[in-house]
Amino acid sequence: MLEDKDRIFKNLYNDLGADIGSAKNRGDWSNTKEICSKGRDWIIEEVKKSELRGRGGAGFPTGLKWSFAPKKVGAKPHYLVINADESEPGTCKDRDILRFEPHKLIEGCLIASYAVNAHKCYIYLRGEYYNEGLKLQNAIDEAYKANLIGKNSSGTGWELDIYIHYGAGAYICGEETALLESIEGNKGQPRLKPPFPALVGLYGCPTIINNVETIAVIPTILRKGSKWFASLGKPKNTGTKIFCISGNVNSPCNVEEEMGIKLKDLIEKHAGGVVGGWDNLQAVIPGGSSMPMLSKEISENITMDFDSLVENNSGLGTAGIIVINKDQDIIKCMARIARFYKHESCGQCTPCREGSGWMWRILERMARGEASKDEINMLSDVTKQIEGHTICAFGEGSAWPVQGLLRHFKKEIIERNNFDPLIKNKKNIPYLIDQHLLEEDIKNVKS
Amino acid sequence: MSIKKVSKDQPDKFIFNQENLNIANKIVLNYPTGKKKSAVMALLYIAQKQNDNWIPLAAMKYIAKFLDISYINVYEVATFYSMYNLKPVGKYFVQICTTTPCMIRGAYKLVDVCKKNISEKESELSSNKNCSWTEVECLGACINAPMAQINEDYYEDLNVKQFENIIKDILKDKKPKPGSYRGRVNSEPEKNRQTLIENKNA
Repeated sequence: MLEDKDRIFKNLYNDLGADIGSAKNRGDWSNTKEICSKGRDWIIEEVKKSELRGRGGAGFPTGLKWSFAPKKVGAKPHYLVINADESEPGTCKDRDILRFEPHKLIEGCLIASYAVNAHKCYIYLRGEYYNEGLKLQNAIDEAYKANLIGKNSSGTGWELDIYIHYGAGAYICGEETALLESIEGNKGQPRLKPPFPALVGLYGCPTIINNVETIAVIPTILRKGSKWFASLGKPKNTGTKIFCISGNVNSPCNVEEEMGIKLKDLIEKHAGGVVGGWDNLQAVIPGGSSMPMLSKEISENITMDFDSLVENNSGLGTAGIIVINKDQDIIKCMARIARFYKHESCGQCTPCREGSGWMWRILERMARGEASKDEINMLSDVTKQIEGHTICAFGEGSAWPVQGLLRHFKKEIIERNNFDPLIKNKKNIPYLIDQHLLEEDIKNVKS
Repeated sequence: MSIKKVSKDQPDKFIFNQENLNIANKIVLNYPTGKKKSAVMALLYIAQKQNDNWIPLAAMKYIAKFLDISYINVYEVATFYSMYNLKPVGKYFVQICTTTPCMIRGAYKLVDVCKKNISEKESELSSNKNCSWTEVECLGACINAPMAQINEDYYEDLNVKQFENIIKDILKDKKPKPGSYRGRVNSEPEKNRQTLIENKNA
């Protein structure tokens, strides 16, 4: 287990207060000027050496992303955008950072803005987090007042303004280009890439977009050194991460742990175990709803890091762990997730707009035991037709959980949906509009 | 995709009151010159707040003029995002998260409470007209499931009985206390917390 001294978010549970005084006591803002004076190249090099990977879901190396921004500011200004549109089911880590460690985020904004030559930083906050937004705005005001940001931020001579932009309940705006569209005042529909936002982003200017957690850990990494951060976790999967453990556990919680911790340890030690004991475990969704689920057998020994989860046909995603025990109907659980994706599809690409609805309707029927045998293959086919055929990763996000269900629980689906609707049984199936034709066929066959 | 319908009863006119006009003018300054359009989402929120928690078409036209953009630009934004209410909702607008993490902890029992106490159907006003409810997708408080949002506040770690009391309170126009209803501190594990113990005792 990670030692307390190595934890970055000391105030995760708000034991110590979130105001600027308490934050300074915890070491925030202590030598920001010194860090910045070491220069952009040093900062980016340190972040690269720390092997920090983005905490928003995709796990892209942060230092590398920053290095994509043009070295010199040309005709267009640079922007830094913080993605605080946390709406992946199972994930609620950013909320606690915004509420209780806002100064870590603001300090990170300053350092990141300095490193990528940005004078303006927008924090895109999901609209539902209204109270969190007030707390963040309060922290920003505190930082302005103390001259930590503003005309001469923390004495570095760097000018930085931070603004909060509220979203309005669209999951897709967590996708970085949809987020930019949303800030520009449009519908949140993702853009084609390339060009990548690092070159053509907000208002057509170079823009670096990072998750809240990624930016909030930056000051601590630079203070304690990249070596310290890289020494935690596993190679290529370094550092600490906030895990959100929800679902059928005895004490659901957020906890900061080392990357590469065993999933079983997280559930048993921190979350008080599965409701009804470990043997009552049915499946675990390891990284927010868009990652395929893991069966109990895999959950037994898996470690929570990007690479080992990819090896097991899943992903770390946002590290929102949803534990599902045997008291739940697994098909219904997935049908509800499919409904989420149907609701949140932006409607731009046909495979996703239509396919997400198909998957939902088929799964709802399967949960009720009204689907036919061949619909299992049809469902699998639909997921394959969405995956990889959309502009953004939402297509994968909606298809993968269904594929995960088919991978691990095909037997359950077949058991529940074992009838052959076409010839043998005369079940009245409302969606089968040609049923009368089939019945005539049966008569012909019999005569 | 979700379908949003616009209210049939629409007021003829809408303008910002002086206070909101000042706020709106300030928000426009958050964005670079010539990029006033970016403020459309914030202005829609202001209009929604001023107009009893819903946005009439007149407000969209007003905002379009305010920002020098076309009416359809505002309309498409207002219909795309789910938090803009295009028809009247109750003074207390109850949103219950029913996505899987909440569902497996009993969110549909909370829906039943709403059906029983507020109105049989979603998005319908209660008999005394001050309350309405709807199912929403993940609200990002999964470790505090099941939960509901009433206007801006989160009500977390609910059970049926407590939620019934909350609904009864708001029906009587009394605002209940937001936060966790199991006496739990934020997002810490309720039993057997293993981390940052020193801080807890500090």
